[in-house]
Amino acid sequence: MELIYLISLIVFLPALGALVIAFLPGNKTDLIRYVTFGICLATLLLSGYAFFLSPTAFDVSKGEMQNVFNIPWIPSFNIEYFMGVDGISLPLVMLTTLVSFLAMWASWSITKYVKAYCILFLLLETGMIGVFLALDFFLFYVFWEVMLLPMYFLIGVWGGPRKEYAALKFFLYTLAGSVLMLIAILMLYFNGDLGDPAMQPHLARCNLSPAVQERAEEAAKQRLAGKKEVAPVHTFNILAMQQIGQHTKQYLTPILGCKLQYWAFILLFIGFAIKVPSVPVHTWLPDAHVEAPTPISMILAGILLKMGGYGIIRMCYPICPLAGYELSGWVCGIGVVSMIYGAFAALAQKDFKRMVAYSSVSHMGYVVLGLGVWSADGGNFYNSDYWNMGVQGAMFQMIGHGISSAGMFFMVGVVYDRVHHRNLEEFGGLFGKMPVYTAMAIGIFFAGLGLPGLCGFIGEVFVVLSVWKFSICLAVLSSAVVVLTAAYILWAIQRVYLGAEYRGPHEDHLTPSTLRENTIGITLLVLAVLFGVFPYQVPGGLSYMEKTITQQTSDLAQWTRDNIAEPPPAVEAPLRGTPTSLTRQSSADDL
Amino acid sequence: MTADSSLAAFLPELVLCATILAMLFVRLFSLGKYVNAFYIALPGTLVALYFAASTGGMLGDAGGAGMHSGERMEIFTGMLVYDSFSVFIRAALLLFVVLFLFFTKISGIPDHDDGPDIYSLVLGATLGMCLMATANHLLMVFLAVEMASVPSYVLAGLMKGRRKASEAALKYAVYGAGAAGVMLYGISLLAGLLNTAHLPTMAVVLSEKIHTLGASEQLVLVFGALLISVGIAFKLSAVPFHFWCPDVFEGATAEVNAFLSVASKAAALALLVRVVLGLGMIAPHSHVPGARTAALSKPAVEKTAAVFNVAHEPARAGENHSPSDAKKPHVVAAAGHDATAALLPVRDFTGKLIALFAVLTCTFGNLAAYGQTNIKRLLAYSTIAHAGYMMMAVAALIALAGVNTASAREAAAALGIYVGVYLFMNLGAFAVVAFLRNAMRSEEITDYAGLIRRCPLTVICFAAILFSLIGLPPLAGFYGKFAIFASLADGYSLLKGSGTGFYLMLLLVVGGINTAISLFYYLRVVKVMTIDPEPRDRQPFTFSDVSLAGAYLWLITLPTFAIMIYPSGLTALARAAAEHLF
Repeated sequence: MELIYLISLIVFLPALGALVIAFLPGNKTDLIRYVTFGICLATLLLSGYAFFLSPTAFDVSKGEMQNVFNIPWIPSFNIEYFMGVDGISLPLVMLTTLVSFLAMWASWSITKYVKAYCILFLLLETGMIGVFLALDFFLFYVFWEVMLLPMYFLIGVWGGPRKEYAALKFFLYTLAGSVLMLIAILMLYFNGDLGDPAMQPHLARCNLSPAVQERAEEAAKQRLAGKKEVAPVHTFNILAMQQIGQHTKQYLTPILGCKLQYWAFILLFIGFAIKVPSVPVHTWLPDAHVEAPTPISMILAGILLKMGGYGIIRMCYPICPLAGYELSGWVCGIGVVSMIYGAFAALAQKDFKRMVAYSSVSHMGYVVLGLGVWSADGGNFYNSDYWNMGVQGAMFQMIGHGISSAGMFFMVGVVYDRVHHRNLEEFGGLFGKMPVYTAMAIGIFFAGLGLPGLCGFIGEVFVVLSVWKFSICLAVLSSAVVVLTAAYILWAIQRVYLGAEYRGPHEDHLTPSTLRENTIGITLLVLAVLFGVFPYQVPGGLSYMEKTITQQTSDLAQWTRDNIAEPPPAVEAPLRGTPTSLTRQSSADDL
Repeated sequence: MTADSSLAAFLPELVLCATILAMLFVRLFSLGKYVNAFYIALPGTLVALYFAASTGGMLGDAGGAGMHSGERMEIFTGMLVYDSFSVFIRAALLLFVVLFLFFTKISGIPDHDDGPDIYSLVLGATLGMCLMATANHLLMVFLAVEMASVPSYVLAGLMKGRRKASEAALKYAVYGAGAAGVMLYGISLLAGLLNTAHLPTMAVVLSEKIHTLGASEQLVLVFGALLISVGIAFKLSAVPFHFWCPDVFEGATAEVNAFLSVASKAAALALLVRVVLGLGMIAPHSHVPGARTAALSKPAVEKTAAVFNVAHEPARAGENHSPSDAKKPHVVAAAGHDATAALLPVRDFTGKLIALFAVLTCTFGNLAAYGQTNIKRLLAYSTIAHAGYMMMAVAALIALAGVNTASAREAAAALGIYVGVYLFMNLGAFAVVAFLRNAMRSEEITDYAGLIRRCPLTVICFAAILFSLIGLPPLAGFYGKFAIFASLADGYSLLKGSGTGFYLMLLLVVGGINTAISLFYYLRVVKVMTIDPEPRDRQPFTFSDVSLAGAYLWLITLPTFAIMIYPSGLTALARAAAEHLF
């Protein structure tokens, strides 16, 4: 199948499915559920086929963008329908289709307005997949916002008692962040110029559409010929923006007394940090997670939070390296504060779901920290290995957290469906009543805790190790969080599952988990184990991320070397030696 | 009548006049009472729309000799100007009126007896709005504004016998009369100082005099500009001249609101562009009507034109530079770049004034909408806020004119795109309000609670329209907003370091913040309709999605999706409209 159709189909299959469901009669709820389930499964299989089996399957030995297509969409603004995958987006796309599929499976507990629920759910999935595949900033922004509307309704209609408040808060936070992002995008667009002669050697890496490429080359030719009034060639192409940010001075123009890169980095970072969410803009998350129905909590924690991390790794650092380099201390600080704050907040919660929500704040702090440890400076001879490890850890943490947090929310949902409360104080003794469920839940919670051999471990350990070269103080703090994490998770397990006997309300409703629940739980648990034991080999694991991340970090290390300081002393820096050896070795050690 | 004569360019307006006459004439006969005025108004408007959309082509064919269609041509001895921008705005207005006529037919207001009156008023106001979009002379500006306003006052009181409607009409009329008087005073000040009211000539005179003006003359100039801005701000319902708007919208019917909020606003924006560009820029080369077809054979046409000129502005004859329309191109060529540069203070002043209005209007509109409980009042404040966004495009346009023509054209195109999108959004919103009013006899937001259980398709339409008004992708409202924000960012990056650049950045930030603020009240309406439970004490009503009204709503809502998926069509039209402004 032609590439453009294949990738477009992955993105828009759920939306097409939503259109089909719109024409089904609303009272045939089971039919609607099965059709939606089928569409989610088909999307999962299609993405698996496209990236692992098809003739154009992902090539792990390449770090570049693959499966790229690029056709003009709005030529007057050089906006393109431009998509592709690399080692950063591929695992996240697979995570999205997988978690969506499982969340849909978990949606059998939704009995109110099933038709509307399924339509919104599918539209949401289209938005999420699109965000990870779009390589045009405008297209990215459109998908980013597309996912807002369904999410608002999914929380607002099917949520808990304070659903309206939670939904509005979620909407408002994200919209405020994305408006900031839009301003940053526009400023980057109008200050970037592909016709800069300095850009010409790098155009090949941007996957420009032929028409734009031609115009850029023509403009550069005219500039070199000494012509003054040459119309600039602006671009929304994310890859081109990265090259402009790293190889030209276009984004260094002063704006309101500060370099454009700073403004862009800060505005974009705020937009993404709201999504991650980092302290202090995290307050929407506990409300949204607690009020959302179980499957939507799974999606929120499993996928939506990853968009923030993805944005930081894809936009913030490569496009604004100078600001990223100089603000890396702040970014890491925010990450560590989120980790500590989230962990303490989780310890203090009485509500089971709220505790899991705060654990997400804490765990996503690792992601921000790992992305921010720009240790490739003069002191390290511009060695990108440690930073590379941090970014790989952050990426892996995103995947691992996607599995474990979706699982944790599902586990909370299973018991909530039965006893209709989430008060940690009133639980206890579930082990006796629901043994299979308890076994799965404890496994999943251990994965969240970061127990070696489960998916949460690799990411945490990579991140914490990488921080040592950056700042010992932050490293000590972030290692200490592991203890806090263990504390709140073990305490929760003790209060909910262990103990003599359940004495809370609705005791007689505590029936053993159903086959459907067991299947979802076991799938997640198996994935958690697989990602924990074979972090490198598993599809979508480290082997897929490695090349791309290495390329990006070594590019940025090269940039640091060229731009930040005078050349290092006589000692030859092992700049591009064997950047992967270290990470591979350490992952082997961990096992 | 040659193809590029004044009358040919004026055909759509003539057709409108004929339609009005026909509607009134038919009533003279006893059989005419059985003719529904809709069936006269609709074909008339369609023919006018056809001419409005195709006159560009006619000119191109007849002109030959390398003449592009849509180039600037001053018609009726310089009173009106005809260019691609006029074509665009006029076509948009008439397209809107066509859609509006169907809307009134479906909603049933006006009824059979009122039809001829109301449709005459609507078409009469439309005629005035077409003139607003083409005005090239300050007297014409005044006449056009009045011509559009007076029928609107009557339309506001359309529901005879309703206290609120009468109050709305009276408020509107008093306020409008005041604003018109102030504007006329401003016009007389400017005309007195510059010895002409012909906008392009005013710009030429201004560029020559501007460095020699004394302090008191400058004061008069500024004062005149401020007074004229009051009149235009009234039409735009810009803060602080917006007070009439919520009251009128609450009192008038939703149909009239749709007309006022879209057509009147689009025309007022076009007028604003005409006035600020007319005063702040040396007009581009302008054709003389008939010259193109007559160029080969008859020089007599030009003579006639010259005679007309003298007749129509005798005051000018005594001046040193009597720039008759035929000679003006030479004046422009001589003045050239220097004159444009000399007008920089004018552009600077008007730009800042518009930016100030835009910030106030946008912010106030969005904040005031927050507390509204009546849907029509809420939408009134929403239209005020949207006028603010659209004025931002004009501020960018005037800041960029004379600096970078290509970017200034983009700003004008952004305005065109926004108007094009806004037309469908607001018409759709008021159509929903009208249809629901017919069904449930209420316009309170609380009565919409749980409507999704009753008429899901209509609620989905309304939600899509409201989200489009916020400016959320994937709906067309986002594209309009994006285009305007883009021209602001473009202006900033071209002018950064200067004060102008700073206020463009300020506008961009204010626009962004306002987008986030506006979320609250639009979303509240959506929330009430979808999430809230149905009230128990609501009067029973019937409203079916599967009806003519439902189909009409989908027809209007569909473009808010389609324009986003395929924005190039509208973009190309808007760019063509901006092509000959500079």
